[in-house]
Amino acid sequence: MRSLIDILDLTTAEIDELVSTANDIIADPEKYAHKCQGKKLATLFFEPSTRTRLSFEAAMYELGGNVLGFSEAQSSSSAKGESVSDTVKVVGYYADIIAMRHPKEGAPLVASMKAGIPVINAGDGGHNHPTQTLTDLLTINREKGRFSGLTVGFCGDLKFGRTVHSLIGALSRYEKVKIVLVSPKELTVPEYIKEEVLKAKNIEFVETTDLEEVMPQLDILYMTRVQRERFFNEQDYIRLKDSYILTPEKLATAKPDMCILHPLPRVNEIAVAVDDDPRAKYFEQAKNGKYIRMALILKLLEVE
Amino acid sequence: MTVSPIENGIVLDHITAGKGMELYKVLGLAELDCLVAVINNAYSKKSPTGKKDIIKIDAQIDLDFDIIGYIDPGITVNIIKNGVNTKMEKIDPPETIEGIIKCKNPRCITSVEQELPHIFKLTDRENMVYRCIYCESKAK
Ligand SMILES: [Zn+2]
Repeated sequence: MRSLIDILDLTTAEIDELVSTANDIIADPEKYAHKCQGKKLATLFFEPSTRTRLSFEAAMYELGGNVLGFSEAQSSSSAKGESVSDTVKVVGYYADIIAMRHPKEGAPLVASMKAGIPVINAGDGGHNHPTQTLTDLLTINREKGRFSGLTVGFCGDLKFGRTVHSLIGALSRYEKVKIVLVSPKELTVPEYIKEEVLKAKNIEFVETTDLEEVMPQLDILYMTRVQRERFFNEQDYIRLKDSYILTPEKLATAKPDMCILHPLPRVNEIAVAVDDDPRAKYFEQAKNGKYIRMALILKLLEVE
Repeated sequence: MTVSPIENGIVLDHITAGKGMELYKVLGLAELDCLVAVINNAYSKKSPTGKKDIIKIDAQIDLDFDIIGYIDPGITVNIIKNGVNTKMEKIDPPETIEGIIKCKNPRCITSVEQELPHIFKLTDRENMVYRCIYCESKAK
């Protein structure tokens, strides 16, 4: 019985397998419409995340399965003080697989040790969110057909962005990937990512504060939000925020087949005018999230 | 100052100076009935600081090598039986440690669920980095 807690729990071969199942589902959804008949997914969301929860629930319904669960801690037993271990032990009797979101880091790992059924980490605080990373990887694969040899730019808040950290970790296992890190000085990638991931794996990377300067090199541009509360003072925020907002003008020098990703929700870091650009793939990416979750549910339930 | 040789017992030698008392505490040596000597800042030719700590225990006890390997893997353990010394140089740091240290990350699940065991995994042997298995925070 397997769970998915951290994207690095999966080998690159397993990621390839999930991506190819997802591609097959997209090509022929009917073939998968009854694969999980009679199976139940429990969505245990100890903190709300409507998009992620709906994506999991849609995934299970499209496999012909059923869904039960709760969408915030107030409506769950944890509001009465029940531990994660006790909650999932009980849920393990009702459901076949769990998707769990929790504000505390490591809660899904605890669940996976106690549930007796597979657990998918649907986000644990600022720590891991492996199905987001799988979504990103599927989108890159569908747009580029490969991971190796790509130059991938990350722009915005690279300090606190967990989706950035885990995508860097996942990409660092492929050949000749180049990483370009674009952020204000206050929000650069943490030292341990540079030391323990990029340098340890000999990944070529550059850090810069200037998006326009590196734009022509990029195959992928992964945008994230620069949040006001991350800055010490309002002046710094106002001075810096515009440099990290993507506009049609800034895209002028980008490759014609570059692909723009964003984990969503977006606030203002991508101008709405960019949505019409054929390189904008972030809504496509959100759609892919459902398909890769379908592939993951099939794999963890060992459905042929 | 001398402490007499041991006929039956254990000598922990080449302890990094300053770690003698820490080991004394975590190994639970204060609870023993037998003679225990902690020598701080003994002269050492091997040590780069020229100093080491030594612990002598005048009895055969079960040592927790995981604790020793975690706190100070460079230690030499001498187990003396009837005057015959079996020497172990360098103790391998353990792959996991449980219940020795606590995770201090306030965002970690262990901060709200008290009954969970605090477990750390060795993630970088060269630099002796242990990380909490739940939140991956570095130990210490
Ligand atoms: Zn922890």
